[in-house]
Amino acid sequence: MNWHGVKAIYAFEMERTRRTLMQSIIGPVISTSLYFVVFGAAIGSRIQQVDGISYGAFIVPGLVMLSLLTNSISNASFGIYFPKFTGTIYELLSAPISMFEALLGYVGAAASKSLILGAIILATAGFFVPLQIAHPFLMVLFLLLTCISFSLFGFIIGIWANNFEKLQLIPLLIVTPLVFLGGSFYSASMLSPFWQTVTLFNPVLYLISGFRWSFYEISDVSLGVSLAMVLVFLTACLLIVSWIFRTGYHIKK
Amino acid sequence: MQSIVSVRHLSKTYDDGFKALKDINLEIRKGEIIALLGPNGAGKTTLISVICGIVNPSEGEVLVDGKNIIGDFRATRSMIGLVPQELTIDSFSTVFAALSFSRGLFGKAPDPAYIESVLKDLSLWDKRNNRIVELSGGMKRRVLIGKALAHQPTVLFLDEPTAGVDVELRKDMWALVRKLRDSGVTIILTTHYIEEAEEIADRIGIVTKGEILLVEEKDELMRKLGKKQLILDLVEPLSSLPESVLAPSLEVSADGATLTYTYDTQGEHTGITDLMEALRDAGIRFKDMRTTQRSLEDIFVKLVEEA
Repeated sequence: MNWHGVKAIYAFEMERTRRTLMQSIIGPVISTSLYFVVFGAAIGSRIQQVDGISYGAFIVPGLVMLSLLTNSISNASFGIYFPKFTGTIYELLSAPISMFEALLGYVGAAASKSLILGAIILATAGFFVPLQIAHPFLMVLFLLLTCISFSLFGFIIGIWANNFEKLQLIPLLIVTPLVFLGGSFYSASMLSPFWQTVTLFNPVLYLISGFRWSFYEISDVSLGVSLAMVLVFLTACLLIVSWIFRTGYHIKK
Repeated sequence: MQSIVSVRHLSKTYDDGFKALKDINLEIRKGEIIALLGPNGAGKTTLISVICGIVNPSEGEVLVDGKNIIGDFRATRSMIGLVPQELTIDSFSTVFAALSFSRGLFGKAPDPAYIESVLKDLSLWDKRNNRIVELSGGMKRRVLIGKALAHQPTVLFLDEPTAGVDVELRKDMWALVRKLRDSGVTIILTTHYIEEAEEIADRIGIVTKGEILLVEEKDELMRKLGKKQLILDLVEPLSSLPESVLAPSLEVSADGATLTYTYDTQGEHTGITDLMEALRDAGIRFKDMRTTQRSLEDIFVKLVEEA
């Protein structure tokens, strides 16, 4: 194993975050705070409780997931796309480092950044609503699995994209709508039976539901199904990444 | 001399069907400076990219120090440093961080003292804390060389290292390349500047249309293919050559003040003695004489045109 190589990529990516602190950390914290102000205070005052939880507290897991998913994808996709765009990827390709090791560096850094962000958002939420985490271990497990899975997904997007438009296409047109319609701000039980059925086809619902259960022991689907869905998504991403490495798709000519 | 890089029957065909390399065979000797000359699109960069692992070969194999670049990529890539043609570099890193990153990427433990010595050799030590975006083009190119040297390679590929670099810096780089060779590093450079190859290379390879036309010792190449000229400055200008000294390879200048005789150094008889006797018999006296040799550029143009 080229651990020095893994560490170099990881440190480089983390340093990029430090350089772009405003965009990487402070931006999501501000937008999350705004969500609390708009949904928690303005709208939340009209929706007293959901499943026995105050609306402000109810949306905390959804908000964390919203930031985690979008940031994991953008961190990892940008991390690998930018060297392709600038041409500096020549150095990665000519180095004695396997693609798996490169993946550890890029995805590890993207997932780390998302974890830090998740922790900061949770701390921010603590200023607005009283936080209660019934199963902290499970919550951390969900956070970890989500960060890793969606960082892998972002890595795949970064490899696939050959321009900036494509880089933004899936996060903007697919992931963000799925997160908003996956129960970030509401419980699926608040929908009509037809839309409840439709929502079950949204994979993000399972993530948010499981994550919310670790906080309040309430969920739209069972915890086991949520965990299984996260693992299915993780496995699918790993399979795609291993295919990319085998074929050199969009990396090597 | 022992080969450090062996390229055997190497071909590369891109997905669009373009054949960039056609059955290339090349042995690069340990400790030499070999210059690959060729017009744009000749395949020089593709050849380097395959050896360094950036482009997959379609056929053939490449060995570095006896190890296959695919099966034993960790060992071979550890030995190789690459300075790319384009100024592809992370603009927001500092100079020191950029070199440290390269060293780590190539599997080497941090060594600030070594990075310091490389930066000092490249006259970049004063700029170590500057972000690369703040540097001039010439300095960025030196940073690229520093990044390629950060992991102490034994084989260094320089793809057009002095493109867009001013004359002074180019000479500094030649001095650096010689110094690296003297320290045991094998240097493979591609260049458009034939003067560069003539100045620093031990051997010359001429590449065109994806094929290697020849690989030859530079001095041997110039001796074999470089025709020589004997130039005589006359005491009294000539309006025309007397019939007794007329020869197809003898020319008189427009002002009649010099005679130029072109001869083949490889020929059994150069004809110089006959010329001297004929001039003496015709009463043509000269006050000075000198010889010049056809440049590498002339040889290169001739070979590529014939290919």
